Amino acid sequence: MLGGFNEEQIRRYSRHIILPEVGGKGQKKLLSSKVLCIGAGGLGAPIIEYLAAAGIGTIGIIDDDTVDLSNLQRQVIHGGNVGKPKAESAKQFVNNLNPDIEVKTYVQRLNANNVTDIFKEYDIIVDGSDNFATRYLVNDACVITNKPLSHGSIYRFEGQVTTIIPHKGPCYRCLFEHAPPPGMVPSCQEAGVLGVLPGIIGVIQATEVVKYLLGIGELLVGRLIYYDALNMTFQEIKMRWNKNCPICGEKPRITSIQEEIYGDSCRIW
Amino acid sequence: MTIELDLKGEVCPYTFVKTKLKLEEVESGEELVVYFDHAPAVENVPRSLKNEGHKIMGIEQTGDHLWKVRIQKV
Repeated sequence: MLGGFNEEQIRRYSRHIILPEVGGKGQKKLLSSKVLCIGAGGLGAPIIEYLAAAGIGTIGIIDDDTVDLSNLQRQVIHGGNVGKPKAESAKQFVNNLNPDIEVKTYVQRLNANNVTDIFKEYDIIVDGSDNFATRYLVNDACVITNKPLSHGSIYRFEGQVTTIIPHKGPCYRCLFEHAPPPGMVPSCQEAGVLGVLPGIIGVIQATEVVKYLLGIGELLVGRLIYYDALNMTFQEIKMRWNKNCPICGEKPRITSIQEEIYGDSCRIW
Repeated sequence: MTIELDLKGEVCPYTFVKTKLKLEEVESGEELVVYFDHAPAVENVPRSLKNEGHKIMGIEQTGDHLWKVRIQKV
């Protein structure tokens, strides 16, 4: 043992320990951190993969879906597990990659009733969900429970990613007050998605999580990166705190998580 | 009391990784003495440590393929 690490850990994390910004102290921080990943799909796969490799000590994975053959075009951690719950399949991947990691699986859907209890176990939340109802639920629960959030979403060839530190920067509703009406935007299932796209966005989310936990660098707070794979461009969009934001504004209209808000449209009145 | 670290039998980059981990346990201004028998480490480790601001107080060959490096933590 040296600095609290065994021989295997010294080798496994050596490329982190060598970095002056990480070192043994930073690696220990990662090993004692708890991160919740919402979804083990296209975004969740690279997020879980890199967080596990980085030595995030506890990773929570919530997903109520099972692995389908059509997922394997982009969900790179589920090979050989068609038919298995995605959360369990992801856990198996993590156990093989890094036995240091404790994985907590939730084979259920995140909803207004379970969100607060689940979130309180974690230091930061990573959203890899694929629908507006969950996305708004996650944003609102993070603001109300004061949890940092890495947001990512993908559509065909485009993706967006930002980091939300509640009450220190804008939240998702500051920019998009509520979801588009049902049927206006096709879901991923109808729209298609380039298989490598979630890899890019998910890895940016994992990068933000690791930086947040280490307390290094500049986070994507108040900035949204818009990525266009076809033109291969990254644009940075400034996000401002909206004083009329229904959840983190001066007079918030949402003060608790109520199930009826998170229907298909995520409208708040 | 001098703090010592025996890295005989260890090779790069773990010579540096382990020296770094030990230095995290040392107070600023204190001295750490590290023993190496891996020749490249005698050049590489002091260079990397200097890059991080630490002081190399001395490098001494104490035997055939045996070196003693004294480091003062920044």
